[in-house]
Amino acid sequence: MTGQHSGDTRKGIRRTVARTLVALAGMFVFAFALVPLYDVFCQVTGLNGKTSNQAQALVHEAADQDRVVTMQIITRGSSGLPWSLEAHTRQVRVHPGQSAEVDFTFENLGDEVSVARAVPSVSPSEASLHLRKLACFCFQNQRLAPGERFEAPLVFQLTRDLPDDIKTVTLVYTLYRQDAGPSRENGTQALGGDA
Amino acid sequence: MASHLPPRPTAQHSQADAGGMAADEHHHGPRGLKRWLLTTNHKEIGSLYLIFSLSMFFIGGIFAMVVRAELFQPGLQLVQPEFFNQMTTMHGLIMVFGAVMPAFVGLANWMVPLQIGAPDMALPRLNNFSFWLLPVAFALLLSTLVMPGGAPDFGWTFYAPLSTTYAPPSTTFFIFSLHLAGISSILGAINIIATILNLRTPGMRMMDMSLFVWTWLITAFLLIAVMPVLAGVITMMLLDINFGTSFFNAAGGGDPVLFQHLFWFFGHPEVYIMILPAFGIVSVIIPTFARKRLFGYASMVYATASIAILSFLVWAHHMFVVGLPLVAELFFMYSTMLIAVPTGVKVFNWITTLFRGSLTFEPPMLFALAFVVLFTIGGFSGLMLAISPADFQYHDTYFVVAHFHYVLVPGAVFAIMAGVYYWLPKWTGHYPHTRLSQWHFWLSVIGVNLTFFPMHFAGLAGMPRRIPDYALQFADFNMITSIGAFMFGISQLLFVAVVVLCVRGGEKAPAKAWDGAEDLEWTVPSPAPLHTFETPPRFEPDRH
Amino acid sequence: MRRVWTAGLAACSGLSGSVLANGWNMPVGVTDVSREIHSLHMTIFWICVVIGVVVFGAMFYSLFRYRRSRGAKAANFHEHTTVEVIWTLIPILILVAMAIPATATLKTMYDASEADLDVMVTGQQWRWRYSYLGEDVAFTSNLATSRSQVSGESAKDENYLLEVDEPLVLPVDRKVRLLMTSDDVIHSWWVPDLAVKQDAVPGFVNENWVRINEPGIYRGQCAELCGRDHAFMPVVVRAVEPERFDEWLAERKEAAAQAELGVDREWELDELMERGEQVYGTICASCHQPDGSGSPPAFPALAGNQAMLEDPDYHIDTVVNGVSGSAMPAFRSTLNAVELAAVITYERNAWGNETGEAIQPADIAELLDEQ
Repeated sequence: MTGQHSGDTRKGIRRTVARTLVALAGMFVFAFALVPLYDVFCQVTGLNGKTSNQAQALVHEAADQDRVVTMQIITRGSSGLPWSLEAHTRQVRVHPGQSAEVDFTFENLGDEVSVARAVPSVSPSEASLHLRKLACFCFQNQRLAPGERFEAPLVFQLTRDLPDDIKTVTLVYTLYRQDAGPSRENGTQALGGDA
Repeated sequence: MASHLPPRPTAQHSQADAGGMAADEHHHGPRGLKRWLLTTNHKEIGSLYLIFSLSMFFIGGIFAMVVRAELFQPGLQLVQPEFFNQMTTMHGLIMVFGAVMPAFVGLANWMVPLQIGAPDMALPRLNNFSFWLLPVAFALLLSTLVMPGGAPDFGWTFYAPLSTTYAPPSTTFFIFSLHLAGISSILGAINIIATILNLRTPGMRMMDMSLFVWTWLITAFLLIAVMPVLAGVITMMLLDINFGTSFFNAAGGGDPVLFQHLFWFFGHPEVYIMILPAFGIVSVIIPTFARKRLFGYASMVYATASIAILSFLVWAHHMFVVGLPLVAELFFMYSTMLIAVPTGVKVFNWITTLFRGSLTFEPPMLFALAFVVLFTIGGFSGLMLAISPADFQYHDTYFVVAHFHYVLVPGAVFAIMAGVYYWLPKWTGHYPHTRLSQWHFWLSVIGVNLTFFPMHFAGLAGMPRRIPDYALQFADFNMITSIGAFMFGISQLLFVAVVVLCVRGGEKAPAKAWDGAEDLEWTVPSPAPLHTFETPPRFEPDRH
Repeated sequence: MRRVWTAGLAACSGLSGSVLANGWNMPVGVTDVSREIHSLHMTIFWICVVIGVVVFGAMFYSLFRYRRSRGAKAANFHEHTTVEVIWTLIPILILVAMAIPATATLKTMYDASEADLDVMVTGQQWRWRYSYLGEDVAFTSNLATSRSQVSGESAKDENYLLEVDEPLVLPVDRKVRLLMTSDDVIHSWWVPDLAVKQDAVPGFVNENWVRINEPGIYRGQCAELCGRDHAFMPVVVRAVEPERFDEWLAERKEAAAQAELGVDREWELDELMERGEQVYGTICASCHQPDGSGSPPAFPALAGNQAMLEDPDYHIDTVVNGVSGSAMPAFRSTLNAVELAAVITYERNAWGNETGEAIQPADIAELLDEQ
């Protein structure tokens, strides 16, 4: 019978259980720690085309006049947000090391104040390591009144250590709504819930 | 915890009726239902786990039959796509978390104490609690089928954002039930580790333990390592769905791909959680019926441990087309291929154990041999899937479905059945009916291959998985698969018949029911009395 | 080699010829990469076959030779270090031999640089949208197989479920870079003959590339579970000679300009209803059902929907801008002003929703480019 475990065995069991519980708690914390770790990992390796969400300093280096890289800029909307986002230039050709500026216009076409943010993604993902954004509207939320327009620049630099085989870099901005959305109550949006 | 036990409600049971698996169906003990609700006996809890697992196996099986009936021919005939997706999802969840995992825990409950000469599990009351969490968890999961918006419909891998922003309202219940099932597994694992490390009979060293005990010890460590990660992932989902966080939502700065990394960090070790104990069972059965010691005992233990360690380094091979950088693709391709080495060692060891043995083919041996062959076929397709460039064509097709069903059905499930046939004489005191068992075996083997082999072709020819309707060129493969699936499904009723008949009667088995069997469980009477090894048995270390 | 494999399996099973004609195996495909992948696949397959023959051969030999019924007595060996080391090392060597060509192929697949044409592929529940970057040509590609074929009311075509209204047109012998993203959930764009399968992840961009060697029509499907109509979002690629491609591109631009002209005139209700029914059938009916009954709670009914009928602005806003966090996408960039006006008019007048209102394309156009 289990009740008959000797004192040593009981102590042993207690020790084993204590250790496994510590390991368990550790792994649970680890799972949540993986979220920031993953972000750091993405930024270090360029995994997934994520870019820094803070302004970076310009790397002072001479532009590499022998190489030209095409920077494609794409803007996209998303559902539930009556905004338009236009890049004034859809394509710029830059030398690695050189900094460049592209202007964007945001416009709220709806009839309510709304808040949104442009979320960037870079392809090929290896390039995101070498894309430095000196100024970008994507670092914070934008708030626009109905009909309001807003111009904002993106200042960026592709550093000289960009791998030679990358000739085209695509930067995509997707506009996502950040506030709760229009407050209209009605039966047709049974699921879209908070929209 | 183990020191203050309540008075055992079952203490006055006679030996003869105590150990019977499924005995509750026909046996009304003095305490009735309460006996089973409150039992802390490892044998009774083991039986409860096995009965639970068998019922889940049939429920998950019925869902699979609905899927196969719809896929019998092109077009939508029986169900709508929404319901089809709920069926595939529930089939996967129930089979993984409700059938295969509890079956192994049930076998561990029954056999680990008997194989190491312990009187019971180390933490008997915890054992009772971890079992009774399961019926609650799965009742909750199954109840989502009747909720508005239906059951989870995003596949058993529940990739965000389909499982968060776009999920049915029942998802919160799904998360809760998975939490309960996870806690149950974790408690079970703690108990098994505590039992194996502390309650071995005097004189039994780690390297004297049976391979079933070894593989379960390693599996339990895997469970401790990854179930909290699963709990973390589903908690993040819960927060995303109900509390406005953005772990997996690009709109709020999150990343849907992060979900996949976290899920598969749990998910790949999970796959080995479902196969390592199967390796253990087969490694016990083959030497018994070859009447020859297991070849390469030590290398079997090392191979199991290396598979477990490697399982933490291969998760992203499930994500080759998600847009990983080249370096990551290469790393995960190489590490995945490496798993073939320890797995190969195991297969070679089993075959060398057969070589120059003295073989007989009782039902447990038939299932174990089928396991070796069919699991190896699943291993080959696994190796093909590891080749990342080729995976761009295989990924998310029926080729993958064929692969993992080969390792899970004739792999894990056949090993569980082999184990049940092997230990039924110990549990019930009777041998399973030979003729019926043989029918069950052959119908299952034919059914399994008829079901899953054509899936390889359908996948290579271009059929994606998880679709309720398909293009005409896949029609013949699907028809054969469906016929095989019905055949396999129906033949499992034979399994129930064999088990029920065996509980009720049949040829009497002696203590050592199989003449080549060597482990400690064969030194106690058949059927095993409710309480065994109350004084630790003598153990001569020369067994392995 | 392919013939041996096909013939062997055909002999084993004796299935109908139609299966053989359509293939048991991975297609060789029409790009250099797809050929490489196919040969990699066959190499590994044959390696597995050889290992299988050796291993199962040894196993079945033992099973027959050492049966107790034939009087076999068990030997007593149970370990042999040399043998165990050898059968650990040999698989490692085989694996290295497999990894070398696989690595080379993978490197080629990852080199999307110096493309002649960039196409952005956007997955949306449950259709694909293609935009030719820098060309101002974009369109959506919807399943063209009729619902009656799915339900079995009419006979199934040869390309059942693999037919779209507007295929992606690509030039042969040109390197095309494909940028993948998604508007809602994860989709996966797959054409077996091109050996391109890449996940389309919402908010992120992935890339892949293709250089097609032969003109033709290549069919595939979405490969990642993306909700209800996952089985009903095929991919069709029409590969044409580069000159034909340039002509096609010019035609598309011309057609877009023509459509612009239609915006300014006053449209009759009947005209809008006719056009609207078409648009509704291809875009809206999969969720809101052909009879407007929807499938609540995920997809609300449109027939008799009071909130929508009482407030045309709300109706227009929902269709144009979508509903965030739900399956209702924004159609502002997917449909043009005429199509939007037509489909909204249709929804306001079909299935007993008799408002009698005609929504004019010009009004929608104003809404779309208020800037």
